[in-house]
Amino acid sequence: MTALSKADLAEFLSDAIGLSKRESKDLVEAFFEEISAALVRSSDVRLSGFGNFTTRDKAPRPGRNPKTGEEIPITARRVVSFRAGQKLRHRVEAVIDGRDISPDWMTDDDHDDD
Amino acid sequence: MTRSELIERMSQRHPEMPIQDVELAVKGIIERMSRSLARGQRVEVRGFGSFSLAHREPRVGRNPRTGEPVVLGSKYVPRFKAGKALRDSVDDARKRGE
Repeated sequence: MTALSKADLAEFLSDAIGLSKRESKDLVEAFFEEISAALVRSSDVRLSGFGNFTTRDKAPRPGRNPKTGEEIPITARRVVSFRAGQKLRHRVEAVIDGRDISPDWMTDDDHDDD
Repeated sequence: MTRSELIERMSQRHPEMPIQDVELAVKGIIERMSRSLARGQRVEVRGFGSFSLAHREPRVGRNPRTGEPVVLGSKYVPRFKAGKALRDSVDDARKRGE
């Protein structure tokens, strides 16, 4: 099974919502660009119904090349982490092909998780 | 940034589109990605990152209220790995002292 791509997301928007191909593509781009921009500003992103993206500053620590055993320091860095919300975690908890509950997403109320 | 702030920003980027369409698009993107993961299909967004499932072995947990042991079956949990472009731009912001 090939991975879901931005093109697939845009296609879904035009099929399910009736947006034009152009609008769908633009909104998919805008979605990921705005989330990325927020993370670059170190602003956490909380998407109810899906999950939270946060950034964390990591201190430098000693590391090792796993192949040679040679010591190489791991520099300080800022990383992105994601924690799936309750709704998404429940939905994937028991992955059995074809047994997705597929809620009525267009009218379903989104409630905040966690 | 909350979901409604995200919708607001996307809508400022595309003032030509009714905000209701932007709202529905955000809902649709989230639904479509969740649906993929629920079916065991990965989500790959170039530059941004990928969502996949990680397998968790069965374990014995505890009921937090009673302290009683409960057997938790094996399951899958969603995981996210940031793409190179996102990783680099987030870390560059740190280097600039932001």
